[in-house]
This record gives sequence, structure tokens and C-alpha cells, in this order.
Amino acid sequence: MNAWLAALAFLLFGPLFGALLAGIDRRLTARMQARQGPPLLQPIYDVLKLLEKDTLVVTLLQGLYLWLFLFFMIGAGLILFTGGDLLLSLFALTVSGIFLCLAADATNSPYSHLGASRELMLMMAYEPMLLITALGFYLTNHSFRVSEILEANAWQPFQLFGILLGFLFVLTIKLRKSPFDLSTSHHGHQELVKGLTTDFSGHHLALVEVGHWYENIILLAWIYLFFAPWGPWLALPIALILFFLEVLVDNTHARLTWSNTLKASWWVALGFGTTNLFFLAWWLR
Amino acid sequence: MWSIAPLILLPFVASIAVLRAPDAHTRDRRVKGWSITLIVITLLVGIGSGLGSSEHALYALPHWLQVLLDGLFHLAGLLLAGVLLYLCRRIKGREWYIPALILVQTGILFLAETAAPPPRVEHPFAIDPFAILMALIIGVVGGLIALHAVPYMRDYHGHAPGVPDRRNGFYAMIFLFLAAMFGVVFANQLHWLFVFWEITTLCSFWLIAYPGTEEATRNAYRALGFNLIGGVAFAVALLWLTMGPGPHTWALDRLVGAGHLALLPAALIAIAGLAKSAQLPFSSWLLGAMVAPTPVSALLHSSTMVKAGVFILVKLAPVFHGTLAGLSLALIGGLTFVLTSLAAVNQRNAKPVLAYSTIANLGLIVMCAAVGTAEALWAAILLILFHALAKALLFLGVGSIEHLIGSRDIEDMEGLVYRRPELAAMFLIGIMGMFLAPFGMLLSKYTSLQAFLSMDLLPGEGALLAAILAFGSGPTLFFWSKWMGRLVAKPHRLQPITTPPPRDEQLVLGSLTALTALSCALFPLIELGFAMPYTSGLAALGLVPVQTMAIPWESVGIMTLMLGGLFALPLAFWLRPPSYLETTPYLSGANVGEDSYRGAMGSERLAVSHGYYLTGFFAERTLMRLGVLGALVLGLGMLGGSL
Repeated sequence: MNAWLAALAFLLFGPLFGALLAGIDRRLTARMQARQGPPLLQPIYDVLKLLEKDTLVVTLLQGLYLWLFLFFMIGAGLILFTGGDLLLSLFALTVSGIFLCLAADATNSPYSHLGASRELMLMMAYEPMLLITALGFYLTNHSFRVSEILEANAWQPFQLFGILLGFLFVLTIKLRKSPFDLSTSHHGHQELVKGLTTDFSGHHLALVEVGHWYENIILLAWIYLFFAPWGPWLALPIALILFFLEVLVDNTHARLTWSNTLKASWWVALGFGTTNLFFLAWWLR
Repeated sequence: MWSIAPLILLPFVASIAVLRAPDAHTRDRRVKGWSITLIVITLLVGIGSGLGSSEHALYALPHWLQVLLDGLFHLAGLLLAGVLLYLCRRIKGREWYIPALILVQTGILFLAETAAPPPRVEHPFAIDPFAILMALIIGVVGGLIALHAVPYMRDYHGHAPGVPDRRNGFYAMIFLFLAAMFGVVFANQLHWLFVFWEITTLCSFWLIAYPGTEEATRNAYRALGFNLIGGVAFAVALLWLTMGPGPHTWALDRLVGAGHLALLPAALIAIAGLAKSAQLPFSSWLLGAMVAPTPVSALLHSSTMVKAGVFILVKLAPVFHGTLAGLSLALIGGLTFVLTSLAAVNQRNAKPVLAYSTIANLGLIVMCAAVGTAEALWAAILLILFHALAKALLFLGVGSIEHLIGSRDIEDMEGLVYRRPELAAMFLIGIMGMFLAPFGMLLSKYTSLQAFLSMDLLPGEGALLAAILAFGSGPTLFFWSKWMGRLVAKPHRLQPITTPPPRDEQLVLGSLTALTALSCALFPLIELGFAMPYTSGLAALGLVPVQTMAIPWESVGIMTLMLGGLFALPLAFWLRPPSYLETTPYLSGANVGEDSYRGAMGSERLAVSHGYYLTGFFAERTLMRLGVLGALVLGLGMLGGSL
């Protein structure tokens, strides 16, 4: 019963909270740059406006891929929030990401193609670390099930400290923040226009935005899982603080090249993730 | 017992029938007829034994038959050596080592048979659920490939007029190959198994050399040479089992039952398995093998040859379980998995991509087999099945695409979704089947991750192997998605629609697609019907620890839902396509035509972009050199650890 409620809550309120996170993100960014910034609900206004606009497409098929992107994104969230299998949720998230790339690839614009190629590069960069994170949870709880991870022992955040650091590192990529915003370039660097999303408009762009709101919530939930044994009153604020630390990183770093991104994230996955995994396996034996 | 006799004999008879066909028409009809018969018989035997729940049954033969067959196999062994030596007549310079290996191998075998009386094997044949599943893969996938080969080879000779038409021999070799594979799977007598093993080497050599070009000949010799290195190791194992201090037996079940006492002969046979399944340091022969016509590649990569290698490794798993030699073997697989996945990123040609991906996935299977817990063996068995299905589909698909567009370059496949939607859809399912949820390969990877993490052998071993898997997944995802991106891209110039592939080709591709797509449904079926009975049989014999975990049904349910969405959304889209205004892509406002822009000097330029191949970032050659070196060290570690 609880699981169904959680699923329903994620489905209905997920995008709402995701939009709020995006709004706070924009406000914080503005304040860091000594600007006033848009209202908190601006992301929602944006999407409502997009829905009123005409949708132009390069090929009709791009809509199909975008719907599949949203379908698997929501699927990933539902598995996570119903207490299901963390690894399966991660797999669904991967499928979702690949369909976004396919949507960009389906158009024949070099800007979109470049964005899609770079997005794939980023996926290659963060995938090992995300998998290692799931593996770490398995080692501390002997299960991939989120419902069992929620009841982990209180030492979990310390046991998984290296993995947490690694996860936060690749989270920057996953949120497409600077220094890793290679595929979409949020800050108006002109060489990519808007990368991945260059050729989406109207309904389609709105769909991508809503997908990202869901994604924000899913990623926040991942951070929450690390601290879950401390109870929601402690874990949620910590998760939020860590989430918004990414905004600070975003505003204080210049963009890296893809090769540096790839190298850096694999070294982090190796240095923090694998080492942590190794010690955990040794220790919990 | 007698149910397996037709499996070995039928393709053998088919081989002779096809070879002796008087004209092309009769031959093609015979190939079709025999393939379909083979598929049906295999299915009947498979289902029949599945219902009979024959767990690890051993079979003895009447004395006279055994003596007769013993004699026959000795003769066949000698004959084989003779044929191989005869085939070496076209070797060049550095390939002198090949006849030398043949002589060494024959000499060692002769020594093993004469110097001491070879041990008598009471049960020359064995059937277990894993062998039945392998037989199903060989018969059904192999049969489908033979069926696909008939129209394909007709086209092939149309496209390549320089290649001498030796199709009678070609189809005969394919059937002989299948017969030998059935022999490898069911033989319990190691010497007989070895003869079958060497027949597959011979067949692969002949098939790779089929185009008759200089390149094909050289690559065929490389395949022969590398597999003979494995063959020599196998022969040494037989010698050790005859004269060595360890177990004195030529029966595979006794060898496996001897556990760690049999570590050295098992390690030697494992070398033969690694060579056959193209693991580092032997992997280059499989890449060279792609010069052969596509059905040959499909056969080598999916249901035969490389699968024989991992089959024997899975069989030997209880010996390696929990040893340092086993860890070295697992690391060879892991090294191969990561390095070849990276190397595949570099490739622009479809066939090397598929070849590297095969080698990588076999590396994963080797990791699972070397670990040898019940869960890891499930993962290995499931990987073998799902890889065979998806890879056969992909190779045959590349063959059909090549005949349509005249190229194997991934970049040239741009826009296939618009040019041949049904072919593209089948091909996309094949690609997704290799690495994405909710298809079988990914579920098998899930099982192997869980298996690695839940074993308690050497400290940290599981974590190490799981991390290797995580790192290999990144590049795997990259090179497959890049290829998918090309297929779905809107083509710059819509090429005229060509004739569809022949009906038989479509039929075969369609059945393989259905089998790949059904993997969610197949998954529990295979697990309950084959993988679990196999490991519980081993557990009953005390060879592996009893398994404690099963795939939760909930996960299978979720996967099924995902699969439903994956098919329902395109269906809905097809039934009610949205009506949006189509426009040209964004080209900074400098568009001229559909997808061209006004360049410098006012000229019109086509906006073209290509995928990333990262050749400047890491190079295939360096990776492979590194891999060969690492695998040699690990191989020495494996042999050293088993002493």
C-alpha cells in the first residue's frame, strides 16, 4: 500500500518538486552572480509557455524517442520510490538517457549530433561510478532493494564515504553542470548553441524539461539513500545541501574538455569508488 | 541416451548429402531441408529431455561399440592431423610454427596412447541440462544461420565474381561444424571430445579461407595456429591425465569430480578454451576471421566455435572454484572484457565492432565460469544463450544491410530507419539486446554482478570483478549507442528504396528478433528449466556450494513492463502519428536547402557530422599490446597457481 502511495506521489508531485529544485537552482545562481534572478516558479512558467508554442520538428520520429526518454525516466523513478531494485532503476535511467541521445541524433543538425555525441561521452564517463555506487549499497545491505537500504545501519554514510565523494563528482556531470556541461552548455557558450536540445521546440522541449525535473528528484533520492539510516529529519537537509553544493561548483568552474572529463571521472571512480568497494568487501567479510 | 545420436549424426549426414549434390538447385534445396530438419529435431530433443528432467546422466555404450568407436576416433585423430598437415602446404615464412604444432600435438597424443595404457572410460557420453541448452543453441541458431546462408551466398557470389564458387564444400563444412559442436557438448570421453574439438578448428580454418584471397588465407592460418596452441595444451592435459601423478582418467566427469587435484590438467584445457573463445592473448584470430562471408562470422560468433571454448570453461568451473588459478582465469576474462570494449569504440567498420563485442562478452562469461559459484554459473549460462541469439541477429543483419547499401561502414548506415524500417527495427532490437534493459544480456549482467558480490572466497575478489564489470560497461554503452544514433539519424539525401532482402533472410532475421525480444519471458524459463537444474545437480554431487539466491520475480515483472512500454509506444506512434510541422534543422540561420548551408565564398555546403571514435585518445593497437602482455602474465599465473 505504502509503495503504491509513494509511486503516486512521485508521479504527481515529482515534477513539481523537481521544478522547485530547478527554480531554487536558478535563484541561487543569480544570487552568486549578484543578480536578482527569476521567480521561484519560473521553470514551471517556462514549460507552460512552451506548451502554448508551435512544435516544429526535423523528423516526426524525434517525438517518439523523447516519449521513450520520459517513459524510462518515470520508470526509473517508480522503481526507486516503490522501494524496488536500485540497480534496475539505474538501468532504466541509462535507457532513458540513451533515448534522449537518439532523439538528438534523429535530427540531422550537426549541433544536435555534437551534443548527442558529447552526452554519450559523459554517460561513458559517469556510468562506472554510478554502477559502483549501487554495488556499494549492495555490500552494506546485502541487497539492491531500496526498501532494505532505507533500514541500513547508521554507519552507512561512513562506510560508503569514498563512494559518496565519487557519486557527488559524477552528479555534477549527471546534472549537466559546469565544468561538465559539455552536451548542453547552459551558459550560452555559442559553439554548441543548445547542444542536445538544439532542434527541440514547443511540446518536445517541454517534455525534456519535465524529464529533467523527474531526474532531479531521482538524483536527490540517490543522495538521500546514503544518509537514509539517520532518519528523514537529518538525511533530507543533508541531501539538499549536497545537491545545491553542485550550484556552487557550477558557478565557480570553467568547462573542461571531454577528454579531461572522461579521465577525471574514471580516475575518481577508480580512486574513490573501487577502493571503497574493495575495503568494504574486506571489512564486511 | 539415443536421443543425442541423431543430433551428432544428422548434421554429419547432411554434410555428405550437400557435398554430393549434383547441381546448385538441388544443393540449395537440400541445405534448406536439412537445416529445417535439424532445427525441428533439436527442438524435439531439447523439449523431450527437458520434460524428462535428466539431471547429469552418464551413458555407457555396449562393449563392442565402444571398442569400435575408440578405434574410429584414433583413426579420425590421425586422419585429422594428416588433413591439417596437407592444408599447411600454402604457409609462408613465419607460419612454420603451424605444422610444427600439429606434429607436436600428434606426438604427444601418440605418447599418451602408447607409452602407458590409456585409462578406460566407462561413460563416453554425458547429458546434463547445460549440454541440452547448448545443443538447442547450436541446432536452432546454427540451423537458422545455415538457412540464411542460402540466399546470402547467392548474392555473395553475385557481388564477388573473383571468388571461386565452392558452395557445396561451404555448406558441407557448416554442417560438419555443427556435428562436431554437438560432439563437443555431449562427449564425456576426453579423447573423443578432443577429436571433435579439432574438427571445429579444421572447419573454421576452411571457412575463413573461403574467399581465397591472400588476406583470407593468412587470417585463416592465424586462426589455425592460435587454436593449435590450445590444441597442444589440451594434448598435454591428456598426457598428464595418463602418466601424471594426478587423477588417472580420461572422463570429463571424473576430472571435474577430482576437484583441486585436477587443477593442472584443467588449467591446460582452459588454455585451449581461451584460445577457442578468442580471449586475450589469442583474440586477434577472431578479428581476422571477419574476412569470411557473413554467415561464417555469425556461426563462429554465436552458436559454435567461441561458445565451445566457454562451454568447456563452464564445465571445468568446479575445479577452479576458490583457487588462485581461478582468480587468474577470471582476471584474464576481466582484462579482455575491459580492453576489447574500449577497442570497439575505435572501430568504424561494423564487423570489428561486433567482433570486439563478442570477445568482450566472452570475457564476461569467462569471469563467471572462473568464479564458479552456482549464481555465477547461472549468469554464464544465461549470457551464453542471450549472446548467441543477439549476436547471430546482428551478424546476419549486417550481412543483409551490406547487400542493401553496399557498405559495412557504420557511418554509411545513417538513416537506415528511413530507408528500410523493418530491417532497421530488427537491427535496433539486436543492438539493444546486447546491452540495454530490459533485454536478456543486461539481466544476465545483473545476475553476474550479484553473483560476484555475494561470494565469499578470496577477500575482495568479488568486489574487484564487479568493479571490472562496471568499468567495461561504460565503453560498451558508448559504442552501441553511437551506432544506434547513426541508424536513427535522418539521412541527408534520401536514397532510393532498394529491393527488400530475400524472404528467407527476412524470416530468419524475424525469428532471431522474436527470440531476442522475448528474452524477458525466456529468462525465468531458462533459469528454471536449465540453469538451476544444472547447478543444483552439481551441488548434489558436492562440486559447488548450494545456491541461496534466486532472481526475484518482481524484477522480471518490472523488466516485462519496460519491454511492454518499449513496444507499445512505437506501436501507438505508428497507429496515430502526431502531426507537427516539419522544418529544417538549425544551422545558425544559414540554411540553404534541406540540410545545407551557405559557407564561405557563398558556396553551398552540406552540414555533415560523424560519430566520435576517440582514435586520438586511445589506440586499438596499444590496448591490444597491453592486453596480450597482461594476459600472458596472468596465464603464467594460472599455470603457476595450479601446480
